[in-house]
Amino acid sequence: MSAMSNVTAIQRCNDFVVKFANVNGSGSASANELFARAIIRMGVTVTPRNIFPSNIQGLPTWYEMRISDAGWRGSRGSCDLMVAMNPQTWDRDIAEIEPGGYLFYDSTKPLPRSKFRDDITVLGVPLTEICNREYSDLRQRQLFKNVMYVGALTALLDMEMAAVEKLISDQYRGKDKLISANFNALKLGYEYAKANLPCPIGLRIEHADSVGDNIFVNGNDACGLGAVYGGATVAAWYPITPSTSVIEAFTSYCRKYRTDPDNGAARYAIVQAEDELASIGMVIGASWNGARAFTATSGPGISLMQEFFGLAYFAEIPAVIFDVQRGGPSTGIPTRTQQSDLLSCAYASHGDTKHVLLFPEDPYECFSLGAQAFDLAERLQTPVFVMLDLDIGMNERLCKPFDWDDQRRYDRGKVMSYEELEAGKDFGRYLDVDGDGIPYRTIPGTHPTRGAFFTRGTSRNAYAKYSEMGEDYVYNMERLRRKFDTAKTLVPTAILREASGPSRFGVIYYGSTSPAMDEAFADLEGRGIHVNTLRVRSFPFGEDVLDFIAGHEYVFVVEQNESAQMRTLLINEGEIDPKRLVRVLHYDGTPITARFIANKIADALDERKVSPIRKQVAS
Amino acid sequence: MTYLAKPKLFRPDTPKNALGYTRRDYEGAISTLCAGCGHDSISAAIVQASFDLDIEPHRVAKLSGIGCSSKTTDYFLGNSHGFNSVHGRMPSVLTGAALANRDLIYMGVSGDGDSASIGIGQFAHAMRRGVNMTYIVENNGVYGLTKGQFSATADKGSKSKRGVINNDTPIDLVALALQLGATYVARSFSGDKEQLVPLIKGALRHHGAAFIDVLSPCVTFNNHAGSTKSYDYVREHNEAVNRIDVILPHDPISASYPPGSLRRVVQHDGSILLLRKLGADYDPSDRIEAMNHLHERHALGEIVTGLLYVDESAEDLHRHLNTVEKPLNQLRDAYLCPGSKALDALNASLR
Ligand SMILES: Cc1ncc(C[n+]2csc(CCOP(=O)(O)OP(=O)(O)O)c2C)c(N)n1
Ligand code: SF4
Ligand SMILES: [Mg+2]
Repeated sequence: MSAMSNVTAIQRCNDFVVKFANVNGSGSASANELFARAIIRMGVTVTPRNIFPSNIQGLPTWYEMRISDAGWRGSRGSCDLMVAMNPQTWDRDIAEIEPGGYLFYDSTKPLPRSKFRDDITVLGVPLTEICNREYSDLRQRQLFKNVMYVGALTALLDMEMAAVEKLISDQYRGKDKLISANFNALKLGYEYAKANLPCPIGLRIEHADSVGDNIFVNGNDACGLGAVYGGATVAAWYPITPSTSVIEAFTSYCRKYRTDPDNGAARYAIVQAEDELASIGMVIGASWNGARAFTATSGPGISLMQEFFGLAYFAEIPAVIFDVQRGGPSTGIPTRTQQSDLLSCAYASHGDTKHVLLFPEDPYECFSLGAQAFDLAERLQTPVFVMLDLDIGMNERLCKPFDWDDQRRYDRGKVMSYEELEAGKDFGRYLDVDGDGIPYRTIPGTHPTRGAFFTRGTSRNAYAKYSEMGEDYVYNMERLRRKFDTAKTLVPTAILREASGPSRFGVIYYGSTSPAMDEAFADLEGRGIHVNTLRVRSFPFGEDVLDFIAGHEYVFVVEQNESAQMRTLLINEGEIDPKRLVRVLHYDGTPITARFIANKIADALDERKVSPIRKQVAS
Repeated sequence: MTYLAKPKLFRPDTPKNALGYTRRDYEGAISTLCAGCGHDSISAAIVQASFDLDIEPHRVAKLSGIGCSSKTTDYFLGNSHGFNSVHGRMPSVLTGAALANRDLIYMGVSGDGDSASIGIGQFAHAMRRGVNMTYIVENNGVYGLTKGQFSATADKGSKSKRGVINNDTPIDLVALALQLGATYVARSFSGDKEQLVPLIKGALRHHGAAFIDVLSPCVTFNNHAGSTKSYDYVREHNEAVNRIDVILPHDPISASYPPGSLRRVVQHDGSILLLRKLGADYDPSDRIEAMNHLHERHALGEIVTGLLYVDESAEDLHRHLNTVEKPLNQLRDAYLCPGSKALDALNASLR
C-alpha cells in the first residue's frame, strides 16, 4: 500500500461505489455478481450496472456497484474503490476515483509511480503471480483470478467470509468439486489481503436491513415472466441487444411453467424470425387469430416494424412490443442506455397513427405492466409498447417481490362468441356499439356462417366491407380517436409525490429515471428546494398529467434522450405552452444520476431568479 | 369485372357437397379485377377445390399481401376470415396465425411482385419453416396493381407493353421452394382448370408447406407479343409432367387408367394423390430430380407444370415446436398462468 500525501482517506460504511474495470470475456461478470449478491445477503442495498461493449471478447467492460444503506438505487457517478483489472483502460479508471478513494489492482508487474495518483490509497495483490503458482490450466488461472479478488475485497471491506461461501455453495449446489475450488481461490485472496494489506480499509460493509423481502432481478427477465403471467402463447423475435434476454427469459419460464406435464408438449410457440418485419408480422397474425402474442426488440427493430404497426393500428389487432431502448444506429453506443424511442413508437407508421406506451420504472413494473400490456392490447385492440431501457433491462436491480392475484382473469376484450353470433347479434367489425370507440371482433373459425370478415388496413365501412367513401373513412377515424380517448382511462395512472413545502414547480419523469429522481428529490429537499414530482407511467396522458402541468408554473421534464421526446409529446398532446416545460436531458449513454438532475434543477431555478424558494444555498 | 352480381337463388338441381353446401357457398365478394384477368380463374379454381373437398368455409383463413392477386382473397370463400396484410409480408402474418391455431386451414395468396420481389425473404423463410399452408402465387411477371412494371419473375429478354426489354435474371419460385424445403411443390396455369383444381386440392390436404406457382396472365399489362407470361406464350410452352386426381379417404377409386402409368401418393391425412405420368418418366418424390428437370426444361424454353415434388412424410412447424394438440388460442387462463404460489417460490429464489 502506498501512502497518501494530502487528502484524508474516505471513511464510509455501507454507502459507497465500487467499480470493476474488466476485460470482456474474462469471466469477471459472474465473480462481480457474486460479490454484489454477498453484500445483499448482508442486508445492504446494492445496485450494480454493467457497462459493456457490443462484442463478446477483448474490449473493456465495467461493473459499477452502488452500495447504499439508504436504499438509493440510481447511478451516483465516479467511484470510491476502483478494482482496476484492465491495463487498457488504466489511466481513465485511475482518474475516476474520488479524492481519498482506493485503488485495487494486480501488482504482479511493478508499475512506475507515475501510473498512480497520490491522493488515493493503492492496494496491490499479485493476483497473476498467485494464480500462476496455484493453477496450471490457463482457463482456471483466468477464472480463479476473479474469485481471488473477491476474496481479497471481502477482507478489505470487512465482510463475512461465511456469507460469500454460502452464496458459492448455493450457486454450485451438487457440484462439490467446483465449490471447493472456488472456496480455495476465495481463501487465497482473502488471506493474502489479511496478511499484507491494512484490512479493513476506510470503506466497510456492515450487516443492515435495507433489503427486506426485495428480490434481485433484471428487467428483461421480469418482462419474460410478465409475458408468461400475461398469458402470451406466441413470441416471435429477432436477436438484438439489449432485448434478446427478454425472449431467453420467456423461453426458460415457459419451459418451466408451460410444459404439459403429461406429454411434455409446449403450451407456447417461440419463433426466431428472419428479421423484425417478420417478427411483428407473426405477432399480428397470431393476435388476429386470437392468441396473445408479443415481440421484444430495440430501436432498429422498431424502425423496421413501422409499416406493420400502422396495419395493426388500423386493422385493430392487439400486439405487445417490449422495446428495450438503447442508443442510436449501428453498434457501440447502441449497447448503452437511452430513452430515445418515444416518438418513433408513439407515432409509429404512416397515416395518422398513435400508440399506447407504458413506462416501467424497475423490474417489478416490467413484470406487472408487462402482464397488463396484454390485457390493454386486447381490450383496446391495438399495439401496446412496453418501453423499458438497457439500464433496467439488463441490470440486476433490487425491487419489490412480484405479486399476482389468483382471482384475476385475463381481459380478452370485446370478442364475439359462437353463442352471440348464433343468437343473431349484429356484428359490424368496425361498428362503435358501446360508444367507447372499441368495436367487436371475431376470431377465425368461430361460427360456420356468421361473423367472418375481411381484414384490411383502411378502405372499409363499419361492416368491414370494401369502401373508399369519405364518410366511411371519417367515421372510422373519429371512432379511432374515441378509442384513443378511452385508452386514457384504462392505462396506468401517473404517480404524484408532493414536496414537503408548497411549490410552483413540478418535475415530470418516467421509466428508469426513477431511482435517480428519488434521490434528487431528497437532495433538493435537503437544499430547501421544493418541487412536486409526477412519474408518468403511460401514453396517452390521462387528465392527471395535464392537471399536474396546469397546477405548476414551470415543469421540468427529465429524460434520457437528446431531443426531449416526452416534452414533445406533452406539448403536442396536451397543447401546452412549450415555455412552461423545461428540458432536463441526459444522453451520453450512461444512466442519469441524482447529482445531474438535482444540479440542473437547482441551476435552472437559480437562473430564473426564483431564489425565494431556496432557503439555503447548495454547497 | 369478371363476375356479374349473382342473385342468391336456390335451384333444387344445384349440386351440393357432403356438407350440403353449393359452390355458391364458397364464393366471395364480386371481383373488381379486369375482365379476363388470370387471377379470377384461380379464385374460381379455389372455390371448386374447396367445394370438392367438403371444406367448412369457416375453418379456412385466407391471407394475402398487396396486389391485384392479393385482393382476390376477398373474391372467394366469403364465409372465411380473410386478411389483406401488407405488401410482401403475408408469409409472416400467416405463420403467426398458424401458430395461434393449428386446426384451421391456411391459404396464402400472393403475387409475383409480392412474393418474389419485395417479399422474397418472407417467402423463403416460410418455406424453410414448413408452415402448414397452401401458398399460391398468381404469377403474371408484372406488378398489375401499380400498372405493369416488371416483377422479379419476369423472364430475361421478355418485353414490356411499352417495349422495354427486361435484362434481369428471373427468380423461379418453384426452384426456390424446392431448394428451401417446401414439401408440396407444383406449377400450373390459370387457363388450365383441369390441372389446377386437383393441384389445389392436393395442397389443401397436404400437411406442411405446399406451394403452387400459377402462371396467371395480366391481360392489361402483360399479354402482348414478346411477353413470356401471356396466355398464348404459356399455352405454347406448357410441358406438364403429370396430371393428378385427389381421392379422399372415404372416396371410391372409380376412374380406370392404363396399368403402369399411375403413381399413388398417400398423404399424412389419408388422402391419396393419383398421379398420371405424362411423357417422360418423372418421379415427384425425388427433390433433386425435380430440380434437375426444372432447370433442364427451363433451358429449353419450356414451362414445366404439374405436381413436381411431394413428400409423403412431411412435417410442419408445430411438429418442430412440439406444441400442444389444442390450439394455443383456445388455452384458458389456468393453462397459461402459473399463479401466485409459483410466483412466491420464484421470488424466494431471487433473494
Ligand atoms: C411497401 C409498399 N410498397 C409499394 C406498394 C405498392 N404496390 C402495391 S401492389 C404492388 C405490386 C404488386 O405486384 P404483384 O404482387 O405481382 O401483384 P399483381 O398486381 O401483379 O397481381 C406494389 C409495388 C405497396 N403497397 N407497399
Ligand atoms: S391489372 Fe392485370 S393483374 Fe391486375 S386485375 Fe388487371 S389484368 Fe389482373
Ligand atoms: Mg404480378
